Amino acid sequence: MNIIVCIKQVPDTEAIKFDSEKGILIREGVGAIINPPDLHAIEAALTLKDSLGARITAVTMGPPQAEQALRDAISLGVDDVVLLSDRAFAGADTLATTYVLAKAIKKIGSFDLVICGKQAVDGDTAQVGPGLAARLNVPSVTCVSEIGPNVSEGLLQLTRMTDNGRDLLELRLPALITVHPSLNDPRVPSLRGKMRAKKTTVPVWGLEDLGADPERTGLKGSPTRVKSTWIPSFEARREILSGSPEEQVGTLMERLKEAGVI
Amino acid sequence: MSQIVLSKDTASPPDPRDLNAWKGVWVISEPAQGEFPAVTAELLSKGRELSDRLGVDLACVLLGHGLPEDQIQDAVSRGADRVLVLDHPELADFRDQVYGDVIAALARLDRPEIILAPSTTTGRAYIPRVATMLETGLTADCMGLDINENNVLVQTRPTFGGNLMAGIVCPAHRPQMATVRPHVLKPLPEDRSRKGSITRYEPGQDLLSSGIRVLESIHEEIQGPDICQSDVVVTIGRGVESEEYVNMAQELASLLGGCIGATRPVVDAGWASENFQIGQTGVTISPKLYIGLGVSGAIHHTVGIRASEIIVAVNKDPNAPIFDMATYGIVGDVKQILPLLIKSIKERRC
Ligand SMILES: Cc1cc2nc3c(=O)[nH]c(=O)nc-3n(C[C@H](O)[C@H](O)[C@H](O)COP(=O)(O)OP(=O)(O)OC[C@H]3O[C@@H](n4cnc5c(N)ncnc54)[C@H](O)[C@@H]3O)c2cc1C
Ligand SMILES: Nc1ncnc2c1ncn2[C@@H]1O[C@H](COP(=O)(O)O)[C@@H](O)[C@H]1O
Repeated sequence: MNIIVCIKQVPDTEAIKFDSEKGILIREGVGAIINPPDLHAIEAALTLKDSLGARITAVTMGPPQAEQALRDAISLGVDDVVLLSDRAFAGADTLATTYVLAKAIKKIGSFDLVICGKQAVDGDTAQVGPGLAARLNVPSVTCVSEIGPNVSEGLLQLTRMTDNGRDLLELRLPALITVHPSLNDPRVPSLRGKMRAKKTTVPVWGLEDLGADPERTGLKGSPTRVKSTWIPSFEARREILSGSPEEQVGTLMERLKEAGVI
Repeated sequence: MSQIVLSKDTASPPDPRDLNAWKGVWVISEPAQGEFPAVTAELLSKGRELSDRLGVDLACVLLGHGLPEDQIQDAVSRGADRVLVLDHPELADFRDQVYGDVIAALARLDRPEIILAPSTTTGRAYIPRVATMLETGLTADCMGLDINENNVLVQTRPTFGGNLMAGIVCPAHRPQMATVRPHVLKPLPEDRSRKGSITRYEPGQDLLSSGIRVLESIHEEIQGPDICQSDVVVTIGRGVESEEYVNMAQELASLLGGCIGATRPVVDAGWASENFQIGQTGVTISPKLYIGLGVSGAIHHTVGIRASEIIVAVNKDPNAPIFDMATYGIVGDVKQILPLLIKSIKERRC
């Protein structure tokens, strides 16, 4: 089975950890990480590899430093990686992103399954997975929360989450799925994986390697544009309550009582 | 009644860059069996406003199987001039590829300049397929939609950084596509006297094949309180630093007869379930009273609380953006204020 996992590197602005011993949240410095939902996509591929045998290729489109995300993927057990990086890819919206990803997947060759994360936490569009499936002309199933019980080279049984429950379905391959984080618990890198990650040379494919049309990549190939940004304004109705904590709470209670909400 | 048969080559694909080849506004309905979906009514009200501004028709696209005739009338009563109906046994189950192919084929034929669709799990699954097949832009989870002086759709959503709103346009491609979450827009009142036209389409076999087979659809009721219906929402932000205070926030919510809400990092940390996440990626609420505890007020979050009647913020940073929109602000430590709030509410009771 050939599996392709699409991962994205994102800024770690939400760096947040839970220290269960002390019962507190820990914040750490901002770095770049694999989009957390994509760790579940990698894990889904590794689980299928464990049961059916598979060759897993992780693909990312991003700046040169996105190479690190691919090394991290190798340390988790991914077999091959490709970095799609070119100045001409910069500033891509989802349409231009799926164009480049689809070109790369065609260059990689045949695939049975493409796995994406539920969404990227920076842009949060959840559009790349389904859009990529349309380009590859394969069926897609989003928000997959369970794979199995029946899985084979050509057919997967799946559960997907819906707004009011879940659907059980059968998916004939080749196909694309996006996975919900509740699907699995991502494993931690193995020592062997880490060694391999260090030694690997990450192949980089640019515009020419993909035979891509520069009119369809990056900012040029993106129909959407950010036209303006602003801070929304609110009617001035704010009142900052003064005094000691007791007084502040006391005033608040009065105000809420006057307003009839308590 | 005659039906127009759709297939992959019913219409030669119009050029997305030929702006004049596309006209009118579409609202794609959320597929539903019974009642008219609330989110469709919400989108139709915005669709009505946009089409009036442009002086064009508003069409509502209904798809599924065994669609109640009432839904067709409802689409008109809620603002549509035209209803485009796709009712076929093969559309009974939601299959991403089939829905995407069918809608793309219809769009190539009807050529709307704007498409609005619900940002539900279903919409998010197939609308991006449609946009890709039409080779056009799609803006997810818009908070606002407007027409500018050049008759271009301006789509508003928070920027990735979180403290700015962005106006996003798709100036040189048609259709201009946007999704909007449920509860973000207000529906128009029903007007049963409105008249509209109905066109029925039949999807051809070439649009209906897909490697997906739905074996079973399971309906599950939401567990616990419904945050969207609650009069009081006590929201836990990252400034609520430990589980002890999460529990206290829970207690405060119960004392006030409301429920808790949460910001995204708090949900990500597993302190509250996804159903309670408020904001761009979560739900939009309009309670009588919102209390934010240790919430900074990032725009991704505040877009979900704007319609609250009273906003109370407790934050130890006097410069936290939440204070700009708070009706009442307390600059203070949650660890100190929260127990006092609970105490004074309890005292009030006895
Ligand atoms: C694409 C995208 C979509 C997003 N969607 C959402 C969404 O739907 N909903 C959402 O909530 N977020 C969303 N976010 C995240 C959002 O940008 C903010 O990061 C998040 O809302 C911040 O949460 P917070 O206020 O709890 O945490 P922080 O921003 O870390 O704020 C914590 C606040 O607590 C205060 N504080 C700390 N300790 C105390 C104390 N002891 N007492 C009192 N105050 C204290 C601090 O001064 C600070 O202001 C999204 C982000 C992105 C990129
Ligand atoms: N630049 C990229 N490179 C590779 N995969 C991506 C990229 N952007 C998005 N994806 C994949 O698409 C998913 C959804 O992203 P998005 O549509 O941006 O929310 C992510 O979880 C990734 O699996």
